[in-house]
This record gives sequence, structure tokens and C-alpha cells, in this order.
Amino acid sequence: MNEYAKQKRKEKIKFGIVSVISLCLFFTIWYVCTAVLHLKPDYILPSPVQVVEAFIDKLTRTAPDGATIFGHIAASLQVALTGYLLGALVGVPLGVAMAWFRRVDMFVTPLFDLIRPVPTIAWIPLMILWFGIGLGAKAAIIFVSAFVPCVINAYAGIKQTKPVHLWVAQTFGASRKEMLFTVAIPTALPLIFTGLRISLGTAWMTLCAAEMLASNKGLGYMIQVNRSLARADLIVVAMLTIGLIGTIFTVGLNALERKFVKGGRRG
Amino acid sequence: MSDEIKVKVSHMTKKFGDLLVLNDISFDVKTGEFLCVVGPTGCGKTTFLNCLTKLKAYELTGGEILINGEPVDLQKHNIAYIFQEYSSFPWATVEENIAYGLKVKKRPPEEIKERVEEMLQLVGLTEYRSYYPGQLSASMLQRVSIARAFAVQPELLLMDEPYGQMDNSLRYKLEDELIQLWQRTGTTVIFITHNIEEAVYLSQRILVLTNKPTSIKKEIDNNLPRPRDVTDPAFNQLRDEVTDLIKWW
Repeated sequence: MNEYAKQKRKEKIKFGIVSVISLCLFFTIWYVCTAVLHLKPDYILPSPVQVVEAFIDKLTRTAPDGATIFGHIAASLQVALTGYLLGALVGVPLGVAMAWFRRVDMFVTPLFDLIRPVPTIAWIPLMILWFGIGLGAKAAIIFVSAFVPCVINAYAGIKQTKPVHLWVAQTFGASRKEMLFTVAIPTALPLIFTGLRISLGTAWMTLCAAEMLASNKGLGYMIQVNRSLARADLIVVAMLTIGLIGTIFTVGLNALERKFVKGGRRG
Repeated sequence: MSDEIKVKVSHMTKKFGDLLVLNDISFDVKTGEFLCVVGPTGCGKTTFLNCLTKLKAYELTGGEILINGEPVDLQKHNIAYIFQEYSSFPWATVEENIAYGLKVKKRPPEEIKERVEEMLQLVGLTEYRSYYPGQLSASMLQRVSIARAFAVQPELLLMDEPYGQMDNSLRYKLEDELIQLWQRTGTTVIFITHNIEEAVYLSQRILVLTNKPTSIKKEIDNNLPRPRDVTDPAFNQLRDEVTDLIKWW
């Protein structure tokens, strides 16, 4: 391990320690405000202990929202992953193609520019009309939300390719295809991963919005139902679960990024 | 250096719209020769190299450039180009950068490994093989580019003011390394520079260009013995001769 890598590792450990302290501090303040000082009634602001108890209870109980926590997680994951993966699988190659092939850029960009500013939530009524309230509609909404950042970032990433790097490849006799795969895409990878991270965030946000409007299962639905029942503990359980799953995805994405994005160029 | 012609430039003319940049330039470069091209800043030296390699889709307005008697074909001819700006790929380690050209040319893995080892040793970067460009100094970065270029054993090496951004001490060091590599490999080199001392130090022949529209003002054979001494009177005399040729003041 060289000096640079050692220094990076030290920074990472330091960052980890500070993160743990920050989380501990947050939960302590929360506990003191609720369980010790009782600043608000439990049905409005439950203590961390009540939330943990509600979570344990929800592992096996379907009441009052019709599913265990696993049922809600599974429903949300199915929707989110379907929409997100489709968005990434279509968005990244499309962004790359738009940036690399002039004709694709000319053909697709006007349409993309027209669709891009439309808020994802604005698609919800249309998607429900087209696909009902099942998996299809929600996956389609998430697809739209994930697709746009993927396209934009992949496009910007490819456009960042330095001409001198392409000239190096060209003088060695690389074909256009080789230049794309050995120069342009490696250049674009940090931004492609940035796009994937942004998409992940928007996909989760959109998922909750979609499930609140039209669903019968899922973490967003769980929040919506328990709001009407004044079960703040279960709302917090759902919120923390969303946060935890989002974090797990982000950690996974970061690990993938570390594997593929080399040279200290992470976005 | 053999008498065989490696590069033949005949009546090379390049216009951008109505602006005539290169005006009817003709010269030959022999196999294994080290040719330096000097001229005032902005006279079209880089344009000349870009026309030669057809980079940036540069096509000649008139004339032709032949390598081994054939029109230039980057996929057929083994050419390497070292640019003025740093051109190492930031996502690749030193050894991956050096191996790049060999991979593009689809050389066998054993040969790639062997060539990379050899080049790492030649440019003194063996210890830094797993470093990324972001972790290297300016001289190391340029050494990576040089190693990457020599790794493919190019029949023609083009260098466009590769040491233009460096201070003198670093430049001298890299120039000596370049001469050693050239002597060892016998590669034909076309080296573009605006630094007259550099041209006199490195070259076997100097091509002095005029201001735009660029043409050849004079070709000067440089038979000074090696290793060359910048304080040698003969060296200074040649340097002064070239300086007088490109003086615009």
C-alpha cells in the first residue's frame, strides 16, 4: 500500500468515527427530548425505545396496515428495483449514445429536453390511468425519475472526455468503438456513478410519493395508513426503514464505484 | 539512420477557410532520423503534425504525406504521438497507461507484460507502477507518456513540444533520457519545439519554419558529436544560426 492509499485509509477511518459519533448524538438527543423531557405526547413524537418496540412488533404483526414490515419492504423493493434498474439500464446507455453519436444526440435531445423538466410526480396520474395501481404504474413512475439523472450524467461524463486522450487512442490506431470503451466511458464513470446515486435518491423519494397516492402495500403506504391512525411510532419505523435501505443501497453503489472508478476520481 | 525514406512530405498545403496556414511544404525524413522542427510560436507546427496524423479530422488542402511510400493510415502504420499537455489516462495506473498502446494493437499478453517491464525500467518508474497519474509529478507524467509511446516500438514517433511546460533542469534530464531511448530503439522521431537550444541538443537535422503562411526557411544538418555540451562553441554557433533564422524582432 503506497503513502497515498495509507493517507486515504486514515481519512476513511476518521470519517467513520465521526459518523458514528454523529449518529449516537442524534439518538441521544432524541431519547432525552422524548423519554426524559417528554416534550411532545408519544403519539406525536415517540421515543427511540418505542420505535424499536414498534419495529420488533411489526416483524410479525400485519395490523394495522395489512402487512408485516418485511411485506412492506418486499413490496417497495420490488417496485423500486424494477423501476430503478430499468431507468439505469436505459438511461446510462442512452446518455452515452447521445454524447458519442452526433445523430443520436440530434434526434433524441429535443424530445429529452421536453420531457426532462416535467416533475416525476406529474406522471403519477397518467401512469395510474395506463397501468392501474399495481407494480407497473409505480415501476414506470420510478423509471422516469431514475432515467433522467442517469441520462444527464452519462451524457455530461462522456462530453468531459479530453480530446488529448482521444488523440492518444487514435494515434495508436484505436477504432471509434475502442475509443468509446477504453477512453470515453472510463472518463465518464465518475459522473455515471453520480447519476446512479442521484437516481437512487429520487427513485426512493418517488416510490414513497407513488405509494402514498396509489398502493395497498409498501413503506410509503405504511406511512400513509399510520398517519390516519396517528401511529407516529410506525411512521418513524417506516421512515427509518426507508433511510436504512437507502443507505444500504448507497453503500453498495459506493462499493461498486470503488471497484470500477480508479485513480481517485470518484464523483 | 538509414538512407531509406520513412516520411515523405510533398507540397503539403493546409488552409482553414481562406487562411493559408501551411504553404507548399516538402521534405523527407529518413528511417531512424531525429528531426526537429522549429519555428515562431503560432506558425503552424502543431497543425503540421495533426495533418500528418489526420487528428481532429485534419485533411490536407493540397499535397500528400506518405509513410513508407503509402498514405498515412493510423491503424496500419505504427505511430506514437507525445503531446505537449499531459495525456496519461487518470483512471489507469502507470503500468496500465504504458500497456495501452500495446493493447490497442492487440499484442499478446506475454509481450505486453515484457514490454511494460522494460519500459518501466527504462524510464525509472518501476517503483511507481501501481500509482495513478494524480499521484505523480510533472516529470513522471511525461515519462509515462514517453514510455507508452516507446512501448509500441513505433516506426514513427511524433513529439509536440513535450517539455514545453517544464523548467530547465527537468527538461535537460528528460532530453537525455529521450536521446538514450532513441539511440537504443532507432525510432524515427519528428520533434516539434519552439526552443532552439532543445532542437540543437536533440536533433540530427533541423527544419526551420517561417511565420504564417508557413513554409520551410531552411534545413540544417546537425552533426555535432554526442553527448552534446550546451557550452561548446560549435553548439552555440549552431544555436545562433537557427536563432537568426527565426528572428522576427
